[in-house]
Amino acid sequence: MDTNAVYQKPTDEEIKTLLNEKFEGKVNVTKIETRRVYATVPRELIHQVCEYIHDNLTFEHISTVIGVDMIDNLRVVYHIDNYFNGCVIELTVDIPNDDPHVASISDIWVGGNWHERETYELFGIIFDGHPHLARLLTPDTYEFYPFRKSYKLRGQE
Amino acid sequence: MARDLMDIRAETDELTTDKMWVIMGPQHPFSHGLWTLKVELDGELVTDAEPIVGYLHRGWEKECENRSYAKIVPMADRLCYAASMTYSHLYCMTVEKALGLEVPEKAQYIRVVADEICRISSHLMWLAAVGTDLGNLTVFLWCMREREYWMDLFVRLCGARMTTNYPRIGGVRNDITELFDRDVDRCVQHFEKALWDIIALIDDSSIFLSRMKGTGILTCEQCVNLGITGPAMRGNGVDFDIRRDDPYEAYDKIDFEVPVLNDGDSYSRYMVRVEELFQSCKIITRAMQKIRAIGKNAPYRYKAPTNVPAGTAMCRLEDPRGESLMYLVADGSGKPYRLKVRSPIFTNVSASKPLVVGSRIADVPVIMAMIDMCLGETDR
Repeated sequence: MDTNAVYQKPTDEEIKTLLNEKFEGKVNVTKIETRRVYATVPRELIHQVCEYIHDNLTFEHISTVIGVDMIDNLRVVYHIDNYFNGCVIELTVDIPNDDPHVASISDIWVGGNWHERETYELFGIIFDGHPHLARLLTPDTYEFYPFRKSYKLRGQE
Repeated sequence: MARDLMDIRAETDELTTDKMWVIMGPQHPFSHGLWTLKVELDGELVTDAEPIVGYLHRGWEKECENRSYAKIVPMADRLCYAASMTYSHLYCMTVEKALGLEVPEKAQYIRVVADEICRISSHLMWLAAVGTDLGNLTVFLWCMREREYWMDLFVRLCGARMTTNYPRIGGVRNDITELFDRDVDRCVQHFEKALWDIIALIDDSSIFLSRMKGTGILTCEQCVNLGITGPAMRGNGVDFDIRRDDPYEAYDKIDFEVPVLNDGDSYSRYMVRVEELFQSCKIITRAMQKIRAIGKNAPYRYKAPTNVPAGTAMCRLEDPRGESLMYLVADGSGKPYRLKVRSPIFTNVSASKPLVVGSRIADVPVIMAMIDMCLGETDR
């Protein structure tokens, strides 16, 4: 398929083929369901992949940027929507614990801005290139990241 | 238009004034909850704005990691008191997806009816708030009066008015009761008439119209890129509704319309919500016909296992305020490893700056009222 063309309503199979061809197999599409595409992306490629699916696959809206602490590594999950056919792409990026940096995508979708700030303050994941990466929900005086698994609640051993 | 005024003023007005930051909130009549909107003013015009949230942050997602799956249903109700049914519904749907569990057909329709009643009561709550924001207490009183009928319906359905605790993983807690069956059609018929009275109060009032028409304008592309969802987005000409375009439960088997208006101002956002009220009434009537056709003895709940197999699940639905999404990471135990909530208002309020910049300070309450603030779900 033509990887440079613009697709307004790409089907799930088309998205899989296009992502594989454009990024030469570095983007691994793990699962396809009705109107859902799940993929894992290497950390270096995330901004390029997001630009591609925004510009060429017409995914105009970002639902969430989610942080997950997998203990061995940190993880960022993106849910990106196409408003023409109701399709959602889920991108999963694994980030090493000792270097929690990933490129910010809030220049592509402004709606991702606060989601990235939230993920930063709760998990300590730093989004490079974010316009204003400051704490949002928790007080500025916090020096820890409360949603990491190392932060225990009462009742958690 | 307001932006043009700013340009004209810059060219013609020789009087220079200092810009001033005004802090609206957290205790302010317009804020409807604890949040702050800092606005920078040049005379009466807003030149910059910054929303501040987080006063109600209670670590909801972290708290869930400490509880078994069944215990999170009532917690999900507390995310937003006006949309409690949709949040517990969304949570149950997400866990069901992780379990690979199919819900009985009857439960699907009951959930649709419950969601739409929730949508109506939430929109009425919003309309009441808009009434007080614009100084018309009659709108407030009439909306709250109509809302009581829907709250009574909830009592007939599940015994509670606001935090309903009704959906369950695998179905719903109980079948529809005889009293609910009797009252739901009466309620719809009464409301479809009563709503016209409320509309007349607003649409015949020049105060409402001049405040709402032509304020808070965004373009369609801006709105999508900023992540605004729900009625606020459909008032900007974006024709997308998860109920229709990415259907869940039984919405694909029910015929309804999605109201979309192209003006992109506060008035069209108001009109979209009012039109949604009528559509919700239609959905309730049609879903109730299906429930009656399915019969009394059909199952409404399947038994669900307490442990969820390792994996991830994502679900989204059309909340009264926009797109709600939950993402679950399960590790095979009886407690979620991570549960994330995407609240529509969290993203909508982050777009405050483009919404209010260029308008007058007196229009700010109305513009922000059109995104229907709810802090419980914003701060989580």
